[in-house]
Amino acid sequence: MTDNAITVTGLTKRFGDKTVVNDVSLSVRKGEIMGFLGPNGSGKTTTIRMMCGLLEPDGGDGTVLGYDIRRHRRAIKRRVGYMTQRFSFYEDLTIAENLNFVAGLYGMKPKRQVVRDTLEDLGLTARKDQLAGKLSGGWKQRLALAACIMHKPDLLLLDEPTAGVDPKARREFWDEIHNLAQDGLTVLVSTHYMDEAERCHRIAYISYGQLIAKGTVAEVLRDANLTTMIISGDKVAAAARALKGAPGVDQIAPFGATLHVVGRDGAALKASVAAVAEQTGCTAGPAETSLEDVFIQLMGSAEDNMQ
Amino acid sequence: MNRFFSFIRLRALLAKETIQMRRDRVTFAMMLGVPLVQLMLFGFAINTDPKELPAALVAPTQDRFTRAMVSALELTGYYRFTAMGTTAAEAEEMITKGDVSFVVTVPSDFGRRVERGDGATMLIEADATDPSVASGAISTLSTVARSALQREAGIAAASPPVEIIVHRRYNPEGITQYNIVPGLLGVILQLTMVMMTAMALTREVERGTMENLLSMPATPLEIMLGKIVPFLAVGAVQVAVVLIAAKAVFDVPFVGSLSLVLAGIFVFVLALVILGYLISTLARTQMQAMQLTFFFFLPSLMLSGFMFPYRGMPQWAQLLGEVFPLTHFLRLIRAVMLKGAEPATVAAPFAALGLFTLVLALLALLRFRRTLD
Repeated sequence: MTDNAITVTGLTKRFGDKTVVNDVSLSVRKGEIMGFLGPNGSGKTTTIRMMCGLLEPDGGDGTVLGYDIRRHRRAIKRRVGYMTQRFSFYEDLTIAENLNFVAGLYGMKPKRQVVRDTLEDLGLTARKDQLAGKLSGGWKQRLALAACIMHKPDLLLLDEPTAGVDPKARREFWDEIHNLAQDGLTVLVSTHYMDEAERCHRIAYISYGQLIAKGTVAEVLRDANLTTMIISGDKVAAAARALKGAPGVDQIAPFGATLHVVGRDGAALKASVAAVAEQTGCTAGPAETSLEDVFIQLMGSAEDNMQ
Repeated sequence: MNRFFSFIRLRALLAKETIQMRRDRVTFAMMLGVPLVQLMLFGFAINTDPKELPAALVAPTQDRFTRAMVSALELTGYYRFTAMGTTAAEAEEMITKGDVSFVVTVPSDFGRRVERGDGATMLIEADATDPSVASGAISTLSTVARSALQREAGIAAASPPVEIIVHRRYNPEGITQYNIVPGLLGVILQLTMVMMTAMALTREVERGTMENLLSMPATPLEIMLGKIVPFLAVGAVQVAVVLIAAKAVFDVPFVGSLSLVLAGIFVFVLALVILGYLISTLARTQMQAMQLTFFFFLPSLMLSGFMFPYRGMPQWAQLLGEVFPLTHFLRLIRAVMLKGAEPATVAAPFAALGLFTLVLALLALLRFRRTLD
């Protein structure tokens, strides 16, 4: 308990008759970067909102930084930094004005110094009088992050922080997250970029409101127990058609001039691929299963469970 | 397909518009509801020639001549005596409050003078703050009342007619601005205060900044005050502008106490701003907030006594009118500004406005979504 920044059990949320989050249990250790993955509409945002006291759970309990998520919402808000999916600072306020506002709400002292330091760290001192709405996506994201950590929270909840941000800015963003984690900050970050998932200490995968995999990237890959084959040649399109519905084949995905074929039943998959490769004159060989393959597989099986 | 116009393209556009129109329930309801409300209000409630206006009778000796006068006045359809046998002081209080529109004073020697044919007089004081209300009632006076009295007295044609003295109180020249300008203050405040506050909070929701605001340590009370106080300041500027214009441009008399007027305005504005805040907790978008504001604004304009005489409306419409803060504010400001009412006289509208503020504030705090549920 004391080692965990977040412990939630059986978290459930319904909107009307739709269960958006169903019985999610999750723990995040202190100082850890936890990746929270899942397709759109899988309940990531709702789960995060319940953790930071923005939504009242319909079922389940939990503690965040030792505070009860139902009863100690005020205390949680003071110690948590929450960065929303959409830029949610004031576009009609300047950068400095936005930071001043946040510093004021948290009662930070000395306010001017805090804001000046934050601007300095951001490298935005020269542009502090620019309207936040005029910033590019990457800068907006940096500003939002800076505003969220200004009050030195113990836990950072990031909801798809890098959506719509260019690769360089994303890279820098993640470097910053790791720096913060090294200083002891716990981070829960939702994303659907696989490369970002691989930069997390641990990941949790949620689909249709249910948590279906968690652990380190290696553990998730291992637990999925998938076999992947790669096919290349002139007639990969014909091979793809031939493989559809073949025994052992669960996923077929073209990657440039090659074809990735993934399945749970390794022996059957290899047999099918070998047969098709022979038929079309393509070459086939084993390949590493990627996290993306695993997630697509998991999504498919979660869908099956729903039906 | 034609380059400039194609029915197929037009049909696609029309289909899309129809779907969007149907989906936006509030707008759709407004489009159907507003004409209906207008129809009902204009059709049934509004009457620019109000009848059966309340009147008070001050008559120390109620002889048959007095009674004849009273019934003759009631027969015109304009007067309804709600208070008989009041003292002059009580009647004065009633007309200041606006409880009665007329005070009819019949002197004690009225009967004797009529019988003797010795220049009998009676006094009718009309509340002329709204000149249109009193004019119909006054215009019938001379003919109807006199003939009735002559019939009752059986007086010979030779006797001189009774002289009826009419005082148009508060607005002897019947200047419409005297009535409209103070009322306008209420209307202007109502529109801007309610709408601006309603939009301010909905904007946060619409732009997604509300989620962020709620995730930071700010309490509902703080957020509410933070939204309301700036608009109170705007309201103060509006009040200053209108009051100065009333004096300097329109020459409206200011009989009563300025501080009493300001106190009334303060309570009124508070009620409005909180109402706006309440609307903003109901509306999901700024558009909806604006529509809800107008849905409230329109009937209040018509039923409060600003546009049309309150007394002219049927009972149900008057009851409905009581629901709007503007109604009470108009009573208050007209009573104080034009009639010089004392605090005790306007206690009722003050209490009504205070009650509004209290109830609205309570509702607003309850409605405030501390969470995003």
